[in-house]
Amino acid sequence: MAAAPHDLLHAPHAGPSGLMRWLTTTNHKDIGTMYLVFSFVMFLSGGVMALTIRAELFQPGLQVVQPEFFNQLTTMHGLVMVFGAIMPAFVGFANWQIPLMIGASDMAFARMNNWSFWLLPPAAILLLASFFVPGGATAAGWTLYAPLSVQMGMGMDLAIFALHILGVSSIMGAINIVVTVLNMRAPGMTLMKMPLFCWTWLITAYLLIAVMPVLAGAVTMILTDRHFGTHFFNAAGGGDPVMYQHIFWFFGHPEVYIMILPAFGIISQIIPAFARKPLFGYASMVYATASIAILSFAVWAHHMFATGMPAAGQLFFMYATMLIAVPTGVKVFNWVATMWRGAMTFEAPMLFATGFIFVFTIGGFTGLICAIAPIDIQVQDTYYVVAHFHYVLVAGSLFALFAGAYYWLPKWTGHMPSEALGKLHFWCSIVFFNITFFPMHFLGLAGMPRRIPDYALQFADFNALASVGAFGFGLSQLIFLAVVIKCIRGGERAAARAWEGAEGLEWTVPSPAPHHTFEEAPLVR
Amino acid sequence: MTCAGRTAGWVAITATAPAFAQDLPARYNIPSPVTSIAAQIHDLHTLMLLICLLIFVGVFGVMFWAVFRHRKSRGAVAANFHENTAVEIAWTVVPVLILLGMAWPATRTVIEMKDTSNPDLTIKATGYQWKWGYDYLQGEGEGIRFLSSLATPRAQIEGAAPKGETYLLEVDKPLVVPVGKKIRVLLTANDVIHSWWVPAFGVKQDAIPGFIRDTWFRADREGVFRGNCAELCGRDHGFMPVEVHVVSAERYSAWVREQRAAPTALADAARAPR
Amino acid sequence: MNQASSIHSAERYFVPAPSKYPIIGALALLLFGAGAALWLNRAPSGPWLFFGGVAVLVYMLFGWFGQVVRESESGLYGRRVGRSFRWSMGWFIFSEVMFFAAFFGALFYARVLAVPWLAAGANEALLWPGFTAAWPTVGPYLPSGADPFTPMGAWGIPALNTLILLSSGATLTWAHHGLLQARRGQLKLGLALTIALGLLFIGLQAYEYGHAWTELGLRLNSGIYGATFYLLTGFHGLHVTIGVLMLIVMLVRAFAGHFSPERHFGFEAAAWYWHFVDVVWLILFVVVYWL
Ligand code: HEA
Ligand code: HEA
Ligand code: CUA
Ligand SMILES: [Cu+2]
Repeated sequence: MAAAPHDLLHAPHAGPSGLMRWLTTTNHKDIGTMYLVFSFVMFLSGGVMALTIRAELFQPGLQVVQPEFFNQLTTMHGLVMVFGAIMPAFVGFANWQIPLMIGASDMAFARMNNWSFWLLPPAAILLLASFFVPGGATAAGWTLYAPLSVQMGMGMDLAIFALHILGVSSIMGAINIVVTVLNMRAPGMTLMKMPLFCWTWLITAYLLIAVMPVLAGAVTMILTDRHFGTHFFNAAGGGDPVMYQHIFWFFGHPEVYIMILPAFGIISQIIPAFARKPLFGYASMVYATASIAILSFAVWAHHMFATGMPAAGQLFFMYATMLIAVPTGVKVFNWVATMWRGAMTFEAPMLFATGFIFVFTIGGFTGLICAIAPIDIQVQDTYYVVAHFHYVLVAGSLFALFAGAYYWLPKWTGHMPSEALGKLHFWCSIVFFNITFFPMHFLGLAGMPRRIPDYALQFADFNALASVGAFGFGLSQLIFLAVVIKCIRGGERAAARAWEGAEGLEWTVPSPAPHHTFEEAPLVR
Repeated sequence: MTCAGRTAGWVAITATAPAFAQDLPARYNIPSPVTSIAAQIHDLHTLMLLICLLIFVGVFGVMFWAVFRHRKSRGAVAANFHENTAVEIAWTVVPVLILLGMAWPATRTVIEMKDTSNPDLTIKATGYQWKWGYDYLQGEGEGIRFLSSLATPRAQIEGAAPKGETYLLEVDKPLVVPVGKKIRVLLTANDVIHSWWVPAFGVKQDAIPGFIRDTWFRADREGVFRGNCAELCGRDHGFMPVEVHVVSAERYSAWVREQRAAPTALADAARAPR
Repeated sequence: MNQASSIHSAERYFVPAPSKYPIIGALALLLFGAGAALWLNRAPSGPWLFFGGVAVLVYMLFGWFGQVVRESESGLYGRRVGRSFRWSMGWFIFSEVMFFAAFFGALFYARVLAVPWLAAGANEALLWPGFTAAWPTVGPYLPSGADPFTPMGAWGIPALNTLILLSSGATLTWAHHGLLQARRGQLKLGLALTIALGLLFIGLQAYEYGHAWTELGLRLNSGIYGATFYLLTGFHGLHVTIGVLMLIVMLVRAFAGHFSPERHFGFEAAAWYWHFVDVVWLILFVVVYWL
C-alpha cells in the first residue's frame, strides 16, 4: 500500500523482538495486553491477601495472622485491588478497544502510552516491597486516614510514592484517552455515533484528570506531616484530621465511579450484541453517564456521616447521593429495554453481562441504603459496607471485565473462548460470590465492624460461610485463567465478526486483529 | 490493693448484670432498638428495604421475563425499537418521586439525631489506643472518671481457653447511665480517630483527636448494651469494646455514691491520661 | 469501508517507533521513589538511589524531548498531531490546577472552618482553653497568644514578585508576537527577558524563605499557617523552576533556528504553562500573603 516516502511513518513495523518488543513497544494492542496481564497478576495477589483475611475470619479467635499483620493485609488488599487490578484492567480494555472502535491507527500518544503502562510495575514493586521493610506495609486502611497513617512506618512512605507514580500513570493514560477520542475518530464517526464504551471512557478519563491530582495532594500532606513537621491533620497546630477525609473522598468517591463507568460501557456493548437489537436510549445513556460523573463531585461526605458534620451538611450530602440513583436507574432500565423483545442468546459474555445487571443493582440498592444518613450512622464501618462495595466492585466492575474479556477475546487471540468453561466460570463465580458476600449484609446489620481480625461469637456462622465462599470464588477464577490460556493456544477460529449480533468497527478487521489496523482511516456513514 | 479498690465500685454492677434483660445478640438485622432514634433507624431501614425489594422484583421480573421468553432458541425475532423519549422521562421522574418519599422521614430523623440540647447528663468519652476513658461532666455523678478496657482474657483470644458468651464485648468497667434520661456524649480522642458505637442506641460518633463532637441517647429500658470501636485505630482496633449498663434511677444514684466512696478509684482515675 | 483515496496518506497520523525512553523513565521513578522512602527513614542508601533516579530521569527527559524535537523539526507531525498536543497540554495544565486545588482547599478549610471551630464551643472550653480564632495562627498548642512567628507581609518582596511575574507574562507575549511576525531577534530577547525575570523571582523567593525561616521564625512546623504557606509557595516555586527550564529549552531552540510563525507548538506549550504559573501566583498572592 504505502510507498517509499512514508517509510518513516511505518517505522513501527521494524520493531525489536523478544523482551525488547514489550519494553519499548508503542503499539496500543501490545500495551493493552500488558495492562491486562499486569492487572490479572495483581488481582491474584490481592486475592491471596483476601483469602488470608478470610482464613483468619473463618472462626473467632486469632489463628492465622496477628492483628497488626491483619490490618496490613486489609489495607494492601484494598490498594492492590483498586489501583492494581481494577483500574489498570479498564485501561487495558481502553487501549485495545478504543482505537479499534473509533477507527484510529493507534493511541494519540503511543510512546507516552508505553510509559503509562511501565510506570505500573515500579509502583507495584514499591507497594508490595513495603511488606518486607521494618514495620511492614501500611496498616491504615486503603483510605489512609490521618492521623493513623502518620503513625505508620516506612511502608507508608513507600505506599505514598507508589500512589504518586500510579497517579502520574493514570493522568497520562487519561489524557491519552481523551485526546484519542476527541482527535482520532475516523471521518464520519461523530461523537453521538461513537460506541458507548468510548463515551464512558471519555467521561472516566475526565474524572481521572480531575481527581488523581487531588489524591496526590492528600498523600503529599500526609508525607509532610510525617516527616517535615507540618500540621495539616493535627488540631494542635490548627489542622484537622477530618480535613484529610474531605480531601481523600473528594478523590475517593469519583474514584469508585472511575471503576464502574467503563464497566457500564462494556455492558452497553454486550447487551445489544447478544439481544441482536440496537441499544435502547443511546442518547440518554450518554447523558446519564455524564450526570453520574458530575454528581460524583458533590457527594463525597457520605463516607463521613459519622464524623459529626452539622445537620445541614449531612442533609446536603444525603440528598445529593440519593440523586445518583436516578441516572444509574436510567442505565439499568435502558439495558432491560434493550433485552426486551430481542432475540437473545447466552454465551459467556452475555451471561456475565446479565449477571452484572442483576448483582450490581443489589449493590446499588445497598449503596442507596447507606446514603440515608441515619441508617449509615448504624452501618458505617461495618460489614454492611463491605458487602455493598464488593457487590458493586466484584459483581460490578470485575464481572464486567470478565464479560468484556470473553466478548473481545476472539478479536485479541483469533480463537473463540471455550463456551463450556466460560459458562462454568460464570455459574461458579456468581454462586460463590453470593455465598461470600451476601451474608456480610447480615453481619453488618447485626453489628460486626470491618477491619477487625477477631469478632464476637454471634457472627461466627456467617463468617465461616463467607470464608468458604471466598475460597470457592478464588478457585473459580482459575477457570478463567484456563480459558484464556486455552484461547491463546488454539481453539475454534474466530471470524472477523466473532459474534452474530456484534456491531462496530472492531468487528470489521480480521480476528486476531492485525498488529496494525486502520492505518488508513475507515469512513463511517 | 489499688486493683481491688479500682474494681470495687464495679463489682456490684457486674455481679447484678445477669439480672438485667440480656438481649439475644442480633444475627440478621439491626439489634432491637432501645432508643427512639434507633427505632426510627430500624424502621427507616425496613422501609428502604421494602421499597428496594419492590423495585428489584419489578425490574428483574421484566428482565427475567425477557431472558426466558425473548430467546433466539425459542424463535424470538429481534424487534428494532431503540428510542422513546416518553419512557425515558417516565423512568427519570418516577425514581425522583420515590427518592423524595425516602428522603422525607430520613430528614426528620437526621434533625432529631442532631439535637443534643438540654441533656440530663453529659459524659465525655475519650478514645485511646486501645481503650475508652469516661468523664462525667455534668449531672448526677459529675466528676466520676475512669478508663474502660477489654476484659476478655488473652487466653480466650488465642484459643487456649473456651470463649465466654460476651467474648470481645466485655470491659472491666462499663459505662453506667440512668434509664430514661437524655445522655449527651462528648467524643474526643487522644491519639488517632476512634468511633464510639452502641448499635442498640443507634449511636455512632467518631472521636477525633483535638476536636469535640457530640451525640446523645435516651435509653427506654434497663439492660446491658454492647458495641465496638468503629474506626480503624491501629493494632487493637478490634479489641476496644463499649459496654453500657442502663440502670434505674435508684441504682444509678447508688452507683454514684459507691464511686464517691471509693477514693482510690477516683485518685486512680485522676491519673489517667487526659 | 476503507476509503484510502479520501484520506491522503500524507495526513496519516504519526505513530512513533518503539522507544527505550519510557522504560528508562519507569526505572528512574522506581529509583526515585525507593530512594526517597529510604532517605526519609534514614537509610544510608536512600540519597544514592534518590539522586540516581533523578539522574536517570534527566537523561530520559533529554533523550525523549530531544527526539520529539527532531521529529517535529523533520515535519513528521501533521496538523492532527499538533491538535493532539494542544488538547493534551490543556488537560495536563488542568490536572495541575487540581493539584493546587487540593492545597488551596486545605487552606480554605483550615482558615474558614477548622480554626474557628477549635476556638469555639466545647472545643475551646474542654480542649483548647483560651484559644482564639485568628489568622495567621500556629494553632492552639501555644495558647499564650505570644506569636512565635511573624507572618509574611504582602507588600514587600511578595508584591515585587507579583510585579515581576506579571511583567514576565508581558515579555513572553512580546516574544510570541516576535515569533508570529518572524522577528527572531524580538523572540530571543523576549524569551531571555522572561527567563531573567523568572530567575529573579526564584532568587527573591529563596531570599524570602531564608528571611522567613531564620528571622521571622516562620517554619514548616508553624502550625497550619506554616504548612499551607510553605507547601503552596513551595510547589509554586517548583513550577516556576520547571517553567524557567522549559523557557530555557525554548531559547536554545530559538537560537538553533527552530519554530516558524505557523508551527511552534513547543513554544506555545511553554507559554501556556508560564501563564498558568502566573495565575496560580496571583491567587496565592491574594489568599496567602494579602488577605
Ligand atoms: C464501583 C464502585 C461503587 C459504586 C458504583 C458505588 C455506588 C454507590 N455507592 Fe458506594 N462505595 C464503594 C464503591 C461504589 N459505590 C466503596 C469502595 C465504598 C467503601 C469505601 C471504604 O470505606 O472503604 C462505598 C461506600 C459507600 C458509602 C459509605 C458507606 C459507609 O462507609 O458508611 C455510601 C453512602 O452513601 C455509598 C453510596 C453509594 C450509592 C448511593 C451508590 C450509587 O451510585 C448506586 C446507584 C444504583 C442504584 C440505586 C441501583 C440501580 C437503580 C435503579 C434500579 C433505579 C431505581 C431505584 C430507586 C429509585 C431506588 N457507598
Ligand atoms: C477493587 C476490587 C476488589 C476486589 C476484586 C475484591 C475482592 C475480594 N475481597 Fe475485597 N476489598 C476491597 C476491594 C476489592 N476486593 C476494598 C477496597 C476493601 C477495603 C479495604 C480496607 O478496609 O481498607 C476490601 C476489603 C475486603 C474485606 C474486609 C477486610 C476487613 O475489613 O478487614 C474482605 C473480607 O472478607 C474482602 C474479601 C474479598 C474477597 C474474598 C475477594 C475475592 O473476590 C477475591 C477473589 C480472588 C482470588 C481469591 C484470587 C484468585 C485465585 C488464586 C490466586 C488461586 C488460589 C486460590 C485458592 C487456593 C482458593 N475484601
Ligand atoms: Cu479505636 Cu478502633
Ligand atoms: Cu462514595
